[in-house]
This record gives sequence, structure tokens and C-alpha cells, in this order.
Amino acid sequence: MSAVLEVEGLVTGFPSADGRVPVVDDVSLGIDAGEVLALVGESGCGKSMTALSVMRLVPKPGRIEAGRIVLAGRDLRELDVLEMRRVRGHEVSMIFQEPMTSLNPVVRVGDQVVEAIRLHEDVSQAAARARTLELFGQVRIPDPEARLDAYPHQLSGGLKQRVMIAMALSTRPRLLIADEPTTALDVTIQAQILELLRELQRQSGSAILLITHDLGVVNELSDRVAVMYAGKIVEQGSRRDVLGAPRHPYTRGLLRSIPARAEPGAPLAEIPGVVPPPSEWPAGCRFATRCPVRFEPCRDQLPDATALNPGHTAWCHDAARDPEGGS
Amino acid sequence: MLAYVLRRAAYGVLVVLGVLLLLFVLFFQIASPDDVARRALGEKALPEVIEQWKANHGYDRPLWPWQDFSNNMLFEHYRSMLTFDFGRSDADDVVITERLRQGVGPSLALTLPLFVAGISVGIVLSLFVAFFRETYIDRVGVWLCVLGMSVSILLYIMGGQLVIAQWLRWFPISGFDPDPSVVGRFLALPLVIAVLSGVGGDVRFYRTVFLEETNRDYVRTARAKGAGEIRIMARHVLRNALIPILTRVVVAIPFLFMGSLLLESFFGIPGLGSITVDAINGNDFSTLRTMVFIGALLFIVGQIATDVSYALVDPRVRFS
Repeated sequence: MSAVLEVEGLVTGFPSADGRVPVVDDVSLGIDAGEVLALVGESGCGKSMTALSVMRLVPKPGRIEAGRIVLAGRDLRELDVLEMRRVRGHEVSMIFQEPMTSLNPVVRVGDQVVEAIRLHEDVSQAAARARTLELFGQVRIPDPEARLDAYPHQLSGGLKQRVMIAMALSTRPRLLIADEPTTALDVTIQAQILELLRELQRQSGSAILLITHDLGVVNELSDRVAVMYAGKIVEQGSRRDVLGAPRHPYTRGLLRSIPARAEPGAPLAEIPGVVPPPSEWPAGCRFATRCPVRFEPCRDQLPDATALNPGHTAWCHDAARDPEGGS
Repeated sequence: MLAYVLRRAAYGVLVVLGVLLLLFVLFFQIASPDDVARRALGEKALPEVIEQWKANHGYDRPLWPWQDFSNNMLFEHYRSMLTFDFGRSDADDVVITERLRQGVGPSLALTLPLFVAGISVGIVLSLFVAFFRETYIDRVGVWLCVLGMSVSILLYIMGGQLVIAQWLRWFPISGFDPDPSVVGRFLALPLVIAVLSGVGGDVRFYRTVFLEETNRDYVRTARAKGAGEIRIMARHVLRNALIPILTRVVVAIPFLFMGSLLLESFFGIPGLGSITVDAINGNDFSTLRTMVFIGALLFIVGQIATDVSYALVDPRVRFS
């Protein structure tokens, strides 16, 4: 299969008192057509910044400092502003975490989807509206005809997220970036939205970059998984390899911390400590300060990639000294 | 909506009644009917002339209803205001409605362009500094705004008259001529000064509104769907920013008719503002109460118009 998106050596940084701090540090990942890649990590690990970097929408004063972002053969970093505008919403669309505030409160939701269509396609208002109605049906908005003329405040959070999904899919993008698409929603609605995303993905064949901290969501939806910690990808592989046979101690810690797996009555498992702020990241492995299996080189030496199964890679000194696994 | 407007109007009537009472109490606390008469006739007027004048103007009655319920000045005050029977000036016996008719033209000639220029300059400048947010242009801009707000408008007026009119002789120091070919010469200086003195506060306010809106999530969504910056500003940000801006702007519209107290009296423009100032200085109760009454009515109208305009631009606002 051909790669839709290939990110190589992406560095995105913000200015701070001690110079520029990379919040995304040398991240590389690839997504094939029709594939769902889940990018997993705690809040502040840089996963959303990775997504915004792909859209070239990193909020100021942040900035992409290095790397290549190749979408269907073109490096997005080399496009000028107008070319990039034609990519956004057309070849790559994005769904955000906050459906409550992501729609313009004073514009009818139908018109907001119509705008997304007509920004990229030379179609009449009526044709775009007809397409919007069809999309509303596809994302299972009940009574879609009436909802076209609703304002965002008249819709529930779940419906708003459906409108966002309709908007994102309106131009049949090659790649859909979903940044925590269900985090702000009720649990029952979360399941519906995930089901919808999976179904739409099967129909359209769009690739999806799914950003989440919820391993349940990863398990539901993804084909491959990349685990991110403190600006770096620490483990990457198929869903079965990463969730079934994790080799990075951080991934293992995350899996152990899933509340559903806890013994009733027993304290919940956690990873001790907190993610250090970017200015205090260790010179070696970023996870060294919290790692239960750290040893000699971890603190000072950045771990190299260790290939495990085909397509399964961990950036960990422990995995490197014992590639067959065992601990 | 109609029910809401009617209810607001009913509250407005109460406010107007209160304003009229307050005005009556305050005025006659400071000046007695005898003072008003002496002011109109001169200090050396004979007592019988003063009594005659008071009888002619209805000031010979007792002030309060508890002194004489069927014949007192307070009730007469309410009657004449609420029936829009403004009468004649206490100072020079000119019919007040006639004076209002003459004054409203010069006032609007000053305030209308001032209103339009003030908003346009304020919004354009604030978009400019908001666009350059967190650069030195923004910081210098905000600094200048605070400086401009901190200086009294009197200094702008007197400084402008001294430098631009007296020394440079670009414009007349004061005066007015309704002839359209020369009226601009008289209005230019007060206009520039008023815009200058007001623009600092406006820019700071509009800038905050624009910055707040450009950081909202829906702006990110618009960018993510490929909209350009100009389109985002015009179609998304401006409509949302309009909501707080309207509060500040719509409420001011009715007062354009009242003219400007300071500008008109300093620049000798014979509008409603200088009529009001003259009435205050001349103990001219019948003119002053008319101006205050009209001002109160316009205030109520402005409040209701602001609320209605909210509903027009913000679909989340519904009246019940």
C-alpha cells in the first residue's frame, strides 16, 4: 500500500526563557491509505502539536523547525500559503476535541459545512446544500433537513461532533486527523461516534490519524499504534504488537493503568511521577526519570530504534539488550 | 420580542418619572423661583416686577403637593413634560421647541460625522494592532492608547485651539456657519480633536474584543477547512466581535441628537449641547428640564435598541 502521509524528523518548538524548546522532537510516522494510525500519549506529550504541525496550524509563537511532512508525494512545508489553504479541508481535514466551541456560534451549521465545500469546489450554493444534507444523513443526524438551519447552541455535543465530522468528510479528504474526537462527550455518545468514524472510514477509504489518550479507543479503531512520550515516539507497531506485546516500559505502564483492568477493591495502577516539563527533559531517554527498569545508559544516552517484529519498533535501551523480549 | 420591548418601555417610563423628580428636587435645592426670576430680570429688579414675572411663568405657586395639592409646581412640572408642552425659556422667553428645532441641525452636523469617524478609525486601528499582536507595534499602540485616555479632553481642546487655530491658523478657533460651503471649516477642528481624544479607549476595547475572538476554537476550525485570513476576519470574527461592540455603539446613537456639551460650548457651535450648558449657567429651569427629559427618553430608546440589536446579530439571544 502507498503511504498517504509520511512525517520524517518533525521538530516543532516554542520559545521559552532558555531558548526554543521542542515540544515535538524528531517525530517520524507514516500512514497508508485506508489505515488508522493511533497516536497515543498523556496530555502535553506533543500529540496534538504533531497533528497541528501536519496541518501547519501550530499556534504562534510555536513553529515547525525541522523535518518533512509529505502528503501524497508533496512536502507540505514547501507549499506557499495559498497552496496550503487548498490542502487544508480538502486533502487533510481535522476534527477537534471540543465540539462545543469548534463551530461558529452565529452561523447556521449547514452554512458552515456549505462553506467548507465551496471553499474547495466550484459548486453552486444549492448543490453544496444538497451535499450537506446528504452528509448529515450519512453521519446520522436525525431530521437532517431541519438541522441544516440550526445554530450550534441548538444542538447537543454529540450532534455538534457529527456536524464537525460531516464538515471534515465533505470534500473526501485523503487524510482525516481526529484529535481526541470523543474525549469531551458522554460515554454512550463516545461509542456512537467511534462506531460512526469506523463505518465512514470503511466507506470512504480515508486514512485516519487518531489522536487519543484513551487506549480503549485505540483498541476499537486503530490498525497501528504510535506511543508518544515527552515529544518523542517511544514505540510504534501494529495494534496487536503494541497492545498485546508492548516492549517499552511506558507503554506497559499505560496498559497497566487502564481502570477497567484493575482488580475490584485494589488501588488503581499508575505510573509514578509526572511528565517533566520540556525544559527538564533528561538528555537520555525521556522516560528515564520514571522508568522502573532503567539502568546504566538510560539517563545520558538517547536510545536507538530497536526493531522487534516486522513493523514493531521500540526506542528503549532495555528492549535493545533483549530484542526477543522476556522481562 | 414585541412583548419584551413593551416591558422595557414600561420600565423606561418609571425611569423617566424618577429622573424628572430628581431634576426638580436638585434644581430647586440650588435655586429658588426668586433666583430664577432675578436671573432673568437682573439683580436690581423691583420686588413687584419679580412677583409679576413669577406669576406669568407659574413660579408663584408652592413647590410641593403637600403644600397645595391642586395647585403646585411639581405636578405642573410633570404635566408639561409628559404632554411635551415645553413652553418658553425662563431666560429669554423664546419658545423652547423652536430653539430645539434650530439646535438639532448644528448638533447633528458635529456628532454624526464624529460618530462615523470615531467608529471607523477605532475599528481600523484596533484591527491593525490586533493583527500585529505581541509585536512592538502592538505594544507601542497600546501604550499610546493609555496615554491618549489619560489626557483630559480639555487639554486636547485648548491645545488644539492654541496650536492649530491660533498659531498655524489652519482653522477658525470657534464659530459656526450653516452654509454648506464653509461649515466644514468650522467643524474640522472639533471633529479631529474629539476623534483623537476618544480613539484611545475605543482602540483598546476593540482590540481586546478582536484578540479574544481570534483565539477562539471556531477560528481554528475555519483555518482547518482552508479559509483565508481575510475571509476568517470578515465572515467569522467580525460577526462575533460585533456583539460586544454593538453594546458600546448602539447605545450612543440616540445621544447624537443631544449634541456635545463640551465641544459645542468651546467651539461656539449653536447646537443642543450649548443650549444645555447655557440653561445650566443661566438658571433656565424650563429649558434645562426639557433637555434632561429628552436625554432620558433617548437613553431609554438607546437601551432598548441595544437589546434588540443583540437579538439581530446573536442567534443565542432570545427574549422571553
